[in-house]
Amino acid sequence: MRRLKKLPIGVIIVGVFAVMATVGPWLAPHDPAAIDLHHQYELPSFAHFLGTADNGVDILSVLLYGARLAGLVGLLVVGISLFVGTTFGMVAGYRGGLSDHVVTGIADMVQAFPAILLNIAILALVARPGIAHLVFALAVNGWVLYARVARAQTFTVREREYIQAARALGMSEGRILLRHVLPNVAGPLVVQATSGIGAVILAESTLSFLGLGPGTNASWGALLDQGSAVLLRFPHVALFAGSTIATTVLGFNLAGDWLRDRLDPKAIR
Amino acid sequence: MSPGLLRYVAERAARAALTVFGVVTLVFLLVRLVPGDPVDAILGDQASPEDRADLRRALHLDESFGDQYVAFVGDIGNGSLGHSFRRRNVTVWSLIREVLPATVVLALAALLVAWALAVPLGSLAASRQGTRWDGAASTFAMLGLAIPNIWLGPLLILVFGVQLRWLPLPGDGEGGVAALILPAITIGTALAAILTRQTRGSMIEVLSEQYIVAARARGLSPRSVVLKHALRNALLPVMTVGAAQLGALLSGTVIAEKIFERRGLGTLFLEAFFDRDIPVVQGCVLVIAAIYVTVNLAVDLFYGVVDPRVRLS
Repeated sequence: MRRLKKLPIGVIIVGVFAVMATVGPWLAPHDPAAIDLHHQYELPSFAHFLGTADNGVDILSVLLYGARLAGLVGLLVVGISLFVGTTFGMVAGYRGGLSDHVVTGIADMVQAFPAILLNIAILALVARPGIAHLVFALAVNGWVLYARVARAQTFTVREREYIQAARALGMSEGRILLRHVLPNVAGPLVVQATSGIGAVILAESTLSFLGLGPGTNASWGALLDQGSAVLLRFPHVALFAGSTIATTVLGFNLAGDWLRDRLDPKAIR
Repeated sequence: MSPGLLRYVAERAARAALTVFGVVTLVFLLVRLVPGDPVDAILGDQASPEDRADLRRALHLDESFGDQYVAFVGDIGNGSLGHSFRRRNVTVWSLIREVLPATVVLALAALLVAWALAVPLGSLAASRQGTRWDGAASTFAMLGLAIPNIWLGPLLILVFGVQLRWLPLPGDGEGGVAALILPAITIGTALAAILTRQTRGSMIEVLSEQYIVAARARGLSPRSVVLKHALRNALLPVMTVGAAQLGALLSGTVIAEKIFERRGLGTLFLEAFFDRDIPVVQGCVLVIAAIYVTVNLAVDLFYGVVDPRVRLS
């Protein structure tokens, strides 16, 4: 019953977001950078469905273009983190010993920094951070979560008979990991990656909100930052930007929960 | 101290020291791993020759790699954390020391908000499972986790500052407790949500223990069973989870300080970022990482002292 209730909301939000990110920019009624100083901070109207913000830019258009940025950054960061984290995590879990100590040690160290601070410290090393730098900075701590999940899962399957059999048959380590370990650790990783996209979108918004995002693109966080500056007079800017971010992040979290319930029939929650 | 406890303390302290060493090395390497000339990358090609020379000197980039590391560690060892590259005669530590108290107070206030919300709510939900209290607690936990703090801050300002006019607006110049409330809620809500879930779960577990059943059988009121017998045992795992969230708490202070225009470590860090004042950026990162490692060590040790079972694992 609860599963049925969860299905629509999370998955629908993610679906809407995916459509916004892919075709949104073509549907956008205005250029998100078009300046119209006569119509700054206007409330929603037929000309501007969600009103206008700083310099009279159309809020709906900024949100649609921002969805593409958020989706792009989310997919890239999670993709890279998933690949790096799974590889390191599986090797650490399978081999144990020194490999395990090294991977866990690096993971501990990366986690000794609050995530956002490490991201900012990395972005500070580039004069004009772009999307690639942002993706890199977010992936530096992004992989750790997947490495931990992959490592823990690998531990539990490492001594199973089918792995021992594969080893006895002389299968190479790489093939064992790819053919026999990976399929068994993939489920929890996919769940983690789903809510992980939401977390990355939030991190991108937060960095843009702090003024550290890739300046050239329309971004949800940057719009929220603008909105916060004029919060007392024109609250609609921050309201639209903030609720878009919050809804999207919530959507990915719910979708992750739903997937977890689907993939693991034993899960009680 | 028993030998077992002594070994536990020594082991944890050694591991923390190793992490600190790793963090220092990582921060050192960060600048040096930038492809090409770090000064070019950091300042861009429009920078004046004076700025470039200053940054090069502040980071000791002219020296050999080994000497750079010695100088870097030396700056940490003598407590100065090096010199700001924009304000040449000021040590990084003196800049940090000025703003650190404000941030620590804010972080503690956020912690207070989180625990003050989570413990009663979680306990109530656990002792009245399936009731409206339970429902309210899980709704709060879900919403609290879902709402980003960059969004909660402006919302709180709108409701309590603009509409209700109960609390001061950012930039009003008002200090004191009233100005601390909204930023503390902004940071503390997510933590409160996590701790509420944890308290509820851990309390449910404890309430099914035999000594609780025995206490009930002796005719103790439900209230005193929960408060006197269950709570203390239920809170230990909650504390560990709380300590693990310290990083999020510290990140939160950066965000709240910006939203509420408060001077603190976060604002210093962001200013240093925009100034490209790398020594200050590094100093802030080191200080925060040190706080993080120290608090986690303290929690670990406290846990080990209170609960002997922990030492064995």
